[in-house]
Amino acid sequence: MHLEPIYSLAPLLVFAPLTGLLLNLLFGRRWSETVVGAVASLASGVTFVVSVLLTYALAAGGGETVRAPLAQWIHVGSLQLDWTFRVDSLSTTMMLVVSGVGTLIHIYAIGYMREDVRFKHQEGRFARFFIFLNLFIAAMMILVSGDSYLTLFVGWEGVGLCSFLLIGFWFEMDTLGRPSWANSDAAKKAFVANRIGDFGFLIAAFLMFWNFGSLQFDDVFLGASSLSAINSPLTVAITLFLLLGVAGKSAQIPLYVWLPDAMAGPTPVSALIHAATMVTAGVYLVARSAPMYAAAPAAQYLVAMTGAVTALFAATIAVGQYDIKKVLAYSTVSQLGFMVAAVGMGAYVAGMFHLVTHAFFKALLFLSAGSVILGLERGHHHLAHAHHEVKKSKKKEVKSHEEHEETFDPGDMRNMGGLRSSMPVTFWLYIVGALALAGIFPFAGFWSKDEILLDARLHFPAVYWLLTIAAFFTAFYMGRQIWMVFFGKSRTEAAARAEESPKVMTVPLMVLAALSVLGGGLNLPFKGFHQLGHWLEYTLGKIEFPPFDLTVAGVSTLLALTAIFISWLLYGRTPLEAGQPDPLKKPLGFLFTGMENKWFVDEGYFAVIINPFKKLSQFLADIIDWRFWHDFVHDTVILGTYNWLSAIALDRYADQKGIDAFANWLGAATRWISQTIRKAQNGFVRSYALAVTLGVVVILGYLILK
Amino acid sequence: MEFLLQPLTLLTFFPLVGALAILFLKSEWKNAIRWVALVTTLLTFGLSLWALTMFDSTNPNLQLGKPYSWIQVAGWDIQYYLAVDGLSILLVLLTGLLTPISILSTWTAVEDRVKDFMVFFLLLEVGMMGVFLAQDLFLFYIFWEFTLVPMYFLIGLWGGPRRIYAAVKFFLYTMAGSILMLLAILWLGIEGKTFSVPQLIAQGGIPANIQMWLFIAFAAAFAIKVPMFPLHSWLPDAHVEAPTAGSVILAGVLLKMGTYGFLRFNLPLFPEATVQAAPWIALLATIGIIYGAAVSYAQADVKKLVAYSSVSHLGFVMLGLFALNAQGVTGAILQMVNHGVSTGALFLLVGMVYEQTHTREIKVYGGLWKLMPVFGSIMLISALSSMGLPGLNGFVGEFTILLGAFGSKAIGSPWYAGVSAVGVILAAVYILYMFQKMFLGPAGEVAKEHELKDLNWREILTVAPLLVLMFWIGLYPAPFINLIAPAVEKLVIGY
Repeated sequence: MHLEPIYSLAPLLVFAPLTGLLLNLLFGRRWSETVVGAVASLASGVTFVVSVLLTYALAAGGGETVRAPLAQWIHVGSLQLDWTFRVDSLSTTMMLVVSGVGTLIHIYAIGYMREDVRFKHQEGRFARFFIFLNLFIAAMMILVSGDSYLTLFVGWEGVGLCSFLLIGFWFEMDTLGRPSWANSDAAKKAFVANRIGDFGFLIAAFLMFWNFGSLQFDDVFLGASSLSAINSPLTVAITLFLLLGVAGKSAQIPLYVWLPDAMAGPTPVSALIHAATMVTAGVYLVARSAPMYAAAPAAQYLVAMTGAVTALFAATIAVGQYDIKKVLAYSTVSQLGFMVAAVGMGAYVAGMFHLVTHAFFKALLFLSAGSVILGLERGHHHLAHAHHEVKKSKKKEVKSHEEHEETFDPGDMRNMGGLRSSMPVTFWLYIVGALALAGIFPFAGFWSKDEILLDARLHFPAVYWLLTIAAFFTAFYMGRQIWMVFFGKSRTEAAARAEESPKVMTVPLMVLAALSVLGGGLNLPFKGFHQLGHWLEYTLGKIEFPPFDLTVAGVSTLLALTAIFISWLLYGRTPLEAGQPDPLKKPLGFLFTGMENKWFVDEGYFAVIINPFKKLSQFLADIIDWRFWHDFVHDTVILGTYNWLSAIALDRYADQKGIDAFANWLGAATRWISQTIRKAQNGFVRSYALAVTLGVVVILGYLILK
Repeated sequence: MEFLLQPLTLLTFFPLVGALAILFLKSEWKNAIRWVALVTTLLTFGLSLWALTMFDSTNPNLQLGKPYSWIQVAGWDIQYYLAVDGLSILLVLLTGLLTPISILSTWTAVEDRVKDFMVFFLLLEVGMMGVFLAQDLFLFYIFWEFTLVPMYFLIGLWGGPRRIYAAVKFFLYTMAGSILMLLAILWLGIEGKTFSVPQLIAQGGIPANIQMWLFIAFAAAFAIKVPMFPLHSWLPDAHVEAPTAGSVILAGVLLKMGTYGFLRFNLPLFPEATVQAAPWIALLATIGIIYGAAVSYAQADVKKLVAYSSVSHLGFVMLGLFALNAQGVTGAILQMVNHGVSTGALFLLVGMVYEQTHTREIKVYGGLWKLMPVFGSIMLISALSSMGLPGLNGFVGEFTILLGAFGSKAIGSPWYAGVSAVGVILAAVYILYMFQKMFLGPAGEVAKEHELKDLNWREILTVAPLLVLMFWIGLYPAPFINLIAPAVEKLVIGY
């Protein structure tokens, strides 16, 4: 069978979403919301179909890597960079996840944004959302299908831009819709934190180019493998600089701080970009660079530890959060830590497996959370209108409902409770996502997390213990969330009046829920069931599959169940009352204050890096550059001295008739020029020009006559 | 008189035709004057494209012109010699493009003495074209100094409140550097018996110790023009006070005369001194990149912010030039164009909103993207181009420069490029700060005082060509790089 025609479709991965973007850019204002959303979803859908076709062709062709060149990019001397699509089992795996989950989220967003733009009174911004979303899919496709580190980098920064644009989608307000800088601050923070990581990426690229002569993947890996020494300073340096990039994009310590703030973006964005796809790019990068990491075990260890420590650290913060999305955000940081730890240990299949299942269940959780938030917002809206009516009829002073919105936070779990009965579909979907995340058998998360723990247990005991404790916290904070949101009594009137979401939102969620249940089937830990593993072998080479270990699975399951039980004791048995502080606050004391305040890391960064930099730049700009260099040195010292000297010179000689008329004429000419400019208050031009001209005349005269 | 019909002579002096025509128009006929100026500069741009069609990009040598004897006195041999090669062709095109764009931007912004303004502007174009085309040192010097005069008046007559101070400072600062260059030119011309640059390069043989003095003398003129840290003190004054069109040309073309000077004269004429100086220039460039970015971040005036960002960006260009390898120098030439395109666009856009609000203070803005969506989107693209987002033009230049400098033998250490790469982070910091404070967030004071209008078609048309270039160079720079590559190969082969 001829597979070339299929491979020639590869550019559509990028051009399909770009077409959608352009159509909405040109016609979005005229089209109805449904058409705008349909066009964007279709564009993303085409990407998914192409991904499926490419995967099929790749499988049919025996898994051999295919490179589909599109155009020349930067050719300078020995630097040869092209726009080439790389189709191999690793890239197609990413393509399927990104475009599959991406398309579902596009569809969900049609329903979500329709309501969101109305709650914010900004109907005109509907199309813009889908333009950005399509741009994101295009950038993400460049990232995963690039054939060199630099084309990957184009997508890498491109998704960063989309992240900035979408976090700051409601750029004139905060998450509660009040006029504020908060959302745009969050957007900027994300971009800058990512840029710090990108700096590492760039340095790594320079090192690769000057040592291996290329940035194309195969060339670089060939170069790396030809270095005989293990842990050579070169490969360690390259891999660690890449780790900085990974920390930025995949929100690892020390650069994770942007991700929780990124929740300022609309919920579909949190699900797609800040949970399922973009943030996993770092994991993909490490897996992609496997041959290089293999040559640098020291760097691998650091990657694994970074991931493991991040996993635990973020999990503890998630316990102390009240915002439904913030809990999920820290959970994402934590889960990314699991993946990074896995690929750091060299367990690429486990890492990629968890990446895939996490994309399913975390997207599900975020979107369900979005459904919850909108449900509350609907309830609140009715409430506001009801009040409105009542007050109107009583002919009292009418409060505008903006004023209501100012004080009500539909994302705060303390404002929820009892949603089980008013939003049953969302409730069950959320349960599926939560169980998958908590790693309960037989949900997808159980299998993928177990594989990571198993690998850690065998090779990296420290990582194993860190991740196991993190898994305990994971189950605990998810339990806490479920009890707080869905059980007990409604703590606000809005929660009592919450309404279920429409089908356009819940149907994509059902697909994700099905995937969260069945996703484990991709790579069951039994002989003959390692489909994903064998698929990735085409790219990563021979992979060892450790046998299923009942102890590891048993310990983690037991811990998860214990955690859920404790969370029931604290939050389920006696549900939270309105205004009641968190039951953990008292027993944990300052520890809970730490968790609640994210261990004060943001404050630390402000004190140690951001404020000093601001002060330094103020100092350089005001004191050094302006007052010292511009005013003092230039205006006072240089100009002053010159004026003083020229005053003496002009007094002594210029008025004497001995100086030839030429100079006087020049003086007059310059005086005329300065009079032309009416407001010339001083003689600077004249004296300067005179001196300069005299100098030139003398020198010229000397040279001609010598 | 055959030389008059040389394509490059026509290109250089064609704006004079327009200037002459304008002299015959009454000052009150403002629109007629504007149209004449616009059509003249568009035709000049057309002539530069015509030159491009005749340009052979595979030929690394000077093309499209030959030397004519001009002045021969006291044993001097001064030639009238205009020619172009891969080092200058893009800058000629850039000049050709930015001049009509600038004129279009003055349509409603300049109402005062339109006639004088346009005449000066056309004269300025003559000077700039001449600088990039002259291949005789004496001729070059004449054009070089000539550009000062119209720019002096453009700032001094149509500038802001402190325009006189800024104009004089600009004039004197540049003059001061030029004097040293003039001495070096005279020395070269007299010792070498010719002022022709290709001939001087071919002769070579300047003793190393003298090379260094000559290098420094030329560098003095060029470094001030660039401006390299710490000689940048005139730049914020000039930019802040200059009218929009003046800032566009100043940033877009005049600063490039400095970097181009290094490229055209210092590198090939004084190879030994160049190698010796490379680490020092790289050091100053690196300091300039970081310093410019840090100072930029603290500015309250948006024009000043963009002005200091130029110090940072041109630091990249200098770093690339003195990497003395194919990547560095190619990247540097490309970055000269990129800086003209993105910074030109930024100044244009700032000018457009200034025309409505008459303030450049960042903190009184806010929320502009909501009030002026088209304006906001175009500004965003220009800002991203300026901060080097991959896929847009700035990245291609910055990346190749840093890559070249990282492995440069002449610079001798990857540290310069490594530290300079921090400038990429800082660029995001100050550009995003500017974009956030002006375009995001809640609507600022300005929105309450003024009924802000989004861009009109003329304004969109003014920036549109620059936007096209941002994407074009960013995604498919091959046509541009191909123009530069052979000449650069020839230049760096000696290092």
